[in-house]
Amino acid sequence: MIAYLIRRLLYAVPILVGVNLLTFALFFVVNTPDDMARIQLGIKRVTPDAIHSWKVAHGYDKPLFYNPRESGAKFFTDTIFFEKSVPMFRFEFGRSDDGRDIAQEIESRAGPSLEIALPVFVIGMMANVSFALMMAFFRATLVDVWGVVLCVAAMSISSLFYIIGGQFLVAKLWHWVPISGFEAGTSSLKFVILPVIIGVASGLGSGARWYRTIFLEEVGRDYVRTAKAKGISEIRVFFHHVLRNGLIPILTGAVVIIPSLFMGSLIMESFFGIPGLGSYTLDAINSQDFAIVRSMVFIGSVLYIIGLMLTDISYTLADPRIRLQ
Amino acid sequence: MVVILWTDGLVFLLLGLILVFAAFASRRPHLSLPWRRVGQSRSGMISAVILICLISVGLLDSFHFRPQIAIDKGKLVYSVEVLSAFDALVKTMRDHTERTYSSPFSAYAFSKETVAGAGGQSRVYPRLRYGGADLVDPDKERIPDILRRSFVAALEGIGAWALLAGILVISLSRGKGFIGTASTVLGGKTEIPWNAMLGTLLAIFLVAFPAFALSSHYHVFGTDKVGQDVFYLALKSIRTGLVIGTLTTLVMLPFAIFLGIMAGYLGGWLDDVIQYLYTMLNSIPAVLLIAASVLMMQVYIDAHPALFETMAERADLRLIFLCMILGMTSWTGLCRLLRGEALKLREMEYILAAQAFGVSRLRIVTRHILPNVMHIVLISVVMEFSSLVLAEAVLSYVGVGVDPSMISFGTMINSARLEMAREPMVWWPLAAAFVFMFAMVLSANLFADAVRDAFDPRTRVASRRILPERDEA
Repeated sequence: MIAYLIRRLLYAVPILVGVNLLTFALFFVVNTPDDMARIQLGIKRVTPDAIHSWKVAHGYDKPLFYNPRESGAKFFTDTIFFEKSVPMFRFEFGRSDDGRDIAQEIESRAGPSLEIALPVFVIGMMANVSFALMMAFFRATLVDVWGVVLCVAAMSISSLFYIIGGQFLVAKLWHWVPISGFEAGTSSLKFVILPVIIGVASGLGSGARWYRTIFLEEVGRDYVRTAKAKGISEIRVFFHHVLRNGLIPILTGAVVIIPSLFMGSLIMESFFGIPGLGSYTLDAINSQDFAIVRSMVFIGSVLYIIGLMLTDISYTLADPRIRLQ
Repeated sequence: MVVILWTDGLVFLLLGLILVFAAFASRRPHLSLPWRRVGQSRSGMISAVILICLISVGLLDSFHFRPQIAIDKGKLVYSVEVLSAFDALVKTMRDHTERTYSSPFSAYAFSKETVAGAGGQSRVYPRLRYGGADLVDPDKERIPDILRRSFVAALEGIGAWALLAGILVISLSRGKGFIGTASTVLGGKTEIPWNAMLGTLLAIFLVAFPAFALSSHYHVFGTDKVGQDVFYLALKSIRTGLVIGTLTTLVMLPFAIFLGIMAGYLGGWLDDVIQYLYTMLNSIPAVLLIAASVLMMQVYIDAHPALFETMAERADLRLIFLCMILGMTSWTGLCRLLRGEALKLREMEYILAAQAFGVSRLRIVTRHILPNVMHIVLISVVMEFSSLVLAEAVLSYVGVGVDPSMISFGTMINSARLEMAREPMVWWPLAAAFVFMFAMVLSANLFADAVRDAFDPRTRVASRRILPERDEA
């Protein structure tokens, strides 16, 4: 297992290099370092000297991907790409274009982001599984039929409407929680609870319907029939055998959700004014702060790869037959 | 002057492809059988009727032209504004712009204005320029007027529906007598649930006819901040949603199919490279990738204003780029599915037999593998549609979606979201966007379910309550 994980970690390196390469290409294909300097210094009346000194100060005064004037290893190392990418693997993100320390910024913003993303993920998962279990347990009855109808209707509503509607009802009409904002510490609960509820509710339709099909597939298997034939009660079969076996495909799906948590919280954060990583990234994209975007893409990819590894580990926990080699 | 925008061309190309395929498949039972199964699904056909209505609006909205405004020295001068056939059809709705907000069916503006009258200045709700403009005393006449107009239009709707239903019954009867066929159709004894479809159509006509009839005298969904008719905006958004939902998959399909089958069938280093490629793309959070690409494209468009003759062309190019970018981020899922399927098919006996007969690789792929993975492609295309429509709204809200000048559900929601905080609340732009989006996405979801049930042998077996085969982990 350890050997497997180490191999996975090594395999992550070329992927992360590729991710960096892609972000670089995307950013610089239309936007030269000169343009960047011009945007950062203000568009009008920028002397070539000022541009040059900005580029030197921020380390953009080298060729992008390869340096034709150098030979040997320096052909690749004496470039913007190499000099900006390598520190990333040591998790040194440097400074943003406006001079702030990115690592520190990420540290202070990760808390609020996690306070939303984690509960949404965990509670959402539990809600989806229980709702799906209920539909699968009462399969082919009215509970099931109406459950599916509700799910399809719920997944046809844009997440924006969940947010707007929830904010309107709970915060504006009933005044239960503040509309937006954030405070650190225990008082953050009242700011976090509404985004979490909305996050869970907006994912319920598609999640529960998907898990229902997984459970129904399990219910149809031979071992379930065998268990029933042996006289094990329906409830025990369901919660002991079906639930456990259904968890394997559900865990696979959970990883797919991890990158989209990023997207979900991004919108949530901007709606509820939460100073998290999502809003940070969005601002950076809008102001074309490449250093931040690059760091966030890198972190996002690392999280995804860690998520993949966690799935593999959780497989072995959920199903002892699976061995990682 | 006729203008063919990029998206128009692709939309009609897609339509042409679908029609060619329909003609091709209708004479081949193995291709048309699953479609007949879709045809038997009640919910699938009901949603298909709704989708067809939405698609016809979208198609009408895809014939673009620039109206002629003057003849200058023997040369025709065209307006810089690009209009569509749909705009021409609902000209009154488009032209009836008020000064600012007005609520649905209102004859008065939403907020008070200071009007100088005989007895000095006074704060009143001014009459609207177009909404209920021909009424003398709106307080008394408005509701009877609305009822009268909608009643007449509803009768017209029933007439149009009866005509269509009659044509359908005649084409189905094949000499068996009109009354008899009509009773089988309405009694639901036909293979395709015509009665459910006709019922849906009647419901749509009963809503649409009065809505269109009233739209030339009132603002059915009110007006927005700059006084545009919200009903018009919602109808225009349909095309944007359809274009995003269909063209994105059209753009990504070649990549996904080609690379997926290559990876699965040929294997080896090619497989490694393709796997690396999609793991890498997958590991970047999609929204970041999309946002970065869209903003880069925006920089390019801003730097080359000379390339675009009209604003519509610029917005259209941005739309097509958005489709491509969304396609770039969404092909990976289908590619992985196809790779897995091709891997499985490669070991099948009929493929081995073909190899033993010396059939070339290209021929094996095109004749034996491709037709056997097409159901996966089709299912993922229809399933993807609704999520793309939803994604458009979110992206436009974040500011990395369609061009701000392009009418879409996302831009509607984006401009309306602050209006909920107004006192009293302006709810109708959001309500209109919600109703239309919900109808579109819900019917797309239901139709996709029907297609999946018909094409995926696994779910079909399960629905017949026969134990499904255990698939290999």
